[in-house]
Amino acid sequence: MLEVYGEQISSRLLLGTAQYPSPAIMADAVQASGCEVVTVSLRREMAGNRNGGQFWELIRELGVRVLPNTAGCHSVKEAVTTAQMARELFGTDWIKLEVIGHHDTLQPDVFGLVEAARILSDEGFKVFPYTTDDLVVGERLLGAGCGVLMPWCAPIGSARGPANPEALLAMRAEFSGVPLIVDAGLGRPSHAAMVMELGFDAVLLNTAVAKAGDPAAMAEAFGEAVEAGRKAFLAGLLEPRDMAVPSTPVIGKAVFE
Amino acid sequence: MKLTVNGEARQVTAATLAALLDELDYAPDFLATARNGEVVPAAERSGCTLKDGDRIEILSPMQGG
Repeated sequence: MLEVYGEQISSRLLLGTAQYPSPAIMADAVQASGCEVVTVSLRREMAGNRNGGQFWELIRELGVRVLPNTAGCHSVKEAVTTAQMARELFGTDWIKLEVIGHHDTLQPDVFGLVEAARILSDEGFKVFPYTTDDLVVGERLLGAGCGVLMPWCAPIGSARGPANPEALLAMRAEFSGVPLIVDAGLGRPSHAAMVMELGFDAVLLNTAVAKAGDPAAMAEAFGEAVEAGRKAFLAGLLEPRDMAVPSTPVIGKAVFE
Repeated sequence: MKLTVNGEARQVTAATLAALLDELDYAPDFLATARNGEVVPAAERSGCTLKDGDRIEILSPMQGG
């Protein structure tokens, strides 16, 4: 069971709700994966429009917990105000905090992130920071009040998979008691299984499912991969070896020459 | 009164934020609002008196990753 901010969550897969071919397919994917937490966002509503309300009704019907994000925010002030509006709108103090620092890579502005995390934590938010795999930044985020860390493993939407597994492993070792969720860059179920095998507590992904040929089937595949990776981590993995080691015992082998 | 609503210049007659939502045909249930960068909770919209030049943001839920 994944425990974050005192809440128990059965599924270790968190899904984004963007970029699906249709709202119905998004709903199918969420249900097929067994995921219990979905990320949502907020944007300017057009006068006379009811799109936001319709989307929110659909999410509520799914019966899942929502994790609003501050996607697209490039400054501390923007991110903090967006978080406050998200709390008002979605009725939750959970916030996936994004402060984007680089346009092309969508790398977090870790300095602004720490500052915003401190402000929001002081206001009672439960902050889920989208961060890098930098250990010092992780330490500062925990000091700022975060109870979970969400490092990228590759740029958002890139589908590249873990670019630096050693850094993720170092993070796991450093923050042994802290829930760690890989948040961005996963492209395949095998990527998700890999980070779960490293001991990460959960994964959060969107594009790899939403842009799949069959999003519901892919969501299910990711859900299974996450479970398999978690089981493997708990079971204890064999370390790679340089040389062959026979698996069949050689004692008692017949001699014919 | 001239306001900036979601980045667009608007000429309105509404005196409060609640009245503005009504004038611009917004359904108030699924919205979050801010005036000049400060959040205005739903319960405080009717008491939020608008001034010429105010910047209003009206947000609603949408898909996100």
